[in-house]
Amino acid sequence: MFFASAQLLHIPDGFLSLGVAAAAWGVALFALFLAVRRSQERFDERLIPMAGIMAAFIFAGQMINFPVAGGTSGHLIGAALAAVVLGPWLGILVMTAVIALQGLLFQDGGLVVMGANILVMGVVPALIAFGFYRAVANRGRSLRLATTAVAAWLSVMAAALVTAIFLGFSGTSSFRIVVPAMLGVHALIGLGEALITVSALSFIMRARPQLLEGSAEAGGRGWIVAGLGLSFLVVLLAPFASGLPDGLEWVAEENAFLGAAREAPFEVLPDYTVPLLGDSALSTIAAGLVGALLVAAVALATARLLRRERRWEPRD
Amino acid sequence: MEIFDRYQQGESVIHQLDPRVKVVVTLLFIVSTVLLPDGAWRAFLAAWVLVLGGAALARLPLGLVVRRSFVALPFALAAVTVVFTLPGETVAVWDIGSRQVTVSDAGLVRFGSIVIRSWVSVQMAILLTATTTFPDLMHALRHLRVPGILIAIIGFMYRYLFVLVDEAGRLLRARAARSARPAGGGGGGAVLWRARVAGSMVGQLFLRSLERSERVYNAMAARGYRGQLLTMNPHVMERCDWLMGAGALGAIAVVQVIGWL
Repeated sequence: MFFASAQLLHIPDGFLSLGVAAAAWGVALFALFLAVRRSQERFDERLIPMAGIMAAFIFAGQMINFPVAGGTSGHLIGAALAAVVLGPWLGILVMTAVIALQGLLFQDGGLVVMGANILVMGVVPALIAFGFYRAVANRGRSLRLATTAVAAWLSVMAAALVTAIFLGFSGTSSFRIVVPAMLGVHALIGLGEALITVSALSFIMRARPQLLEGSAEAGGRGWIVAGLGLSFLVVLLAPFASGLPDGLEWVAEENAFLGAAREAPFEVLPDYTVPLLGDSALSTIAAGLVGALLVAAVALATARLLRRERRWEPRD
Repeated sequence: MEIFDRYQQGESVIHQLDPRVKVVVTLLFIVSTVLLPDGAWRAFLAAWVLVLGGAALARLPLGLVVRRSFVALPFALAAVTVVFTLPGETVAVWDIGSRQVTVSDAGLVRFGSIVIRSWVSVQMAILLTATTTFPDLMHALRHLRVPGILIAIIGFMYRYLFVLVDEAGRLLRARAARSARPAGGGGGGAVLWRARVAGSMVGQLFLRSLERSERVYNAMAARGYRGQLLTMNPHVMERCDWLMGAGALGAIAVVQVIGWL
């Protein structure tokens, strides 16, 4: 029950090449450096107990699941919620602590590849979720919730895409397969994340609305540009990445497989026509359609949740 | 909650080794394993023997390291595609519908190597966790120049993990007690309703955690906390720590040599 899902975003050691792992660490360290500095400015000596307990909260919150269908259950990943309610910098710190503890204690995610995991589950979702939320932070409640739903879904999709790209560049899987596969699986996981994030946020809005004012001020307007820019990039990148010439070919050349490979007697994949997906234009269009449908589903689900809410107002 | 207690009590050489040595050796071992070329089966075997040797020295129950090491295995799904896409000699051809799927030997070798690398690395990390208490681990990281503030946050998280997981457990029990489940699984109500209940529970847990963090901070400030956590364990590197560390590094170097020969 503990490690039900989200498993596919915790990259274990051995699945990334050293170069990719090191590059990811570089970016992650830079983000962490900024996050520590900005959070210290805001929280001073309160930072350690605050961030530590909030990290424990995300870990414990991941236990709270709800049955979906056929024995599967949805649960929180938490990066989007953390970024929205705690502000982006503290959100990144908190998710980093969660990832570090999961890796060190449970081997849930590798040690040498931890930089990549911090990017995937901390920095990227924080950028997108907070960027979207910041854009509507001063607007009405329904708009804020609906935006958060879309942002939470997108943040999971972006995390999946970045993971797929890391795997592709490491030569661990082929771009053309792993990108659509990761995005497909996470389109559903992201739906669960969106629902639970919005419900949690709407609960917090009713119970302690003043809490959210602080978080919105924690990041400047630059976050809007960064968050929207990144998600725009994700939308552009997804079809492009799945058509990338394969990282595997370089790996094969490097390891002299290609030199050693004789002419196969029959039917070797002729220059990367991947059989499972077929024509790349077709699969790109299909992916786009599925994406559009899912976004519509998120919007509809949010609208329904909001309608229900009136019946659910707390009796205080 | 014994699930968090990944440390196995013991008095062995490995247990008493300076945690810095253990962290550095573990990280270098993983880097070394990742660097081994595809299909270096003998080197993979040597690396695995190294891990098992460490586990034996630490007197860990034999099954423990292996049993816990399957955590990362589901991720192997992500790598399985190389079997079909890497060019090489054809091993098998399957017909799926109207399409042909080709399995290449190079693909199989690469897939096997990725999975084994990950599996051996995970076991080394398990060995580290099972022989080092979490506070010692954090202390070692601090000595290794990981920013103190991150260490302090993670240490704090570890301390309150038990409390908040209990809190989440109480919320889950309360929900289970109040919402009847039809026999055969599922949960009452529509999926959206269930998601909404779960979300409200997460929101509730958030508020309780936040309030707890304020109380904890006030209590700490009242006892003289000024942003620094103190420790009683000095961690001095002794001669045997240097020797063990050097020995482990030598063994890792031997594995590399085997791998590239």
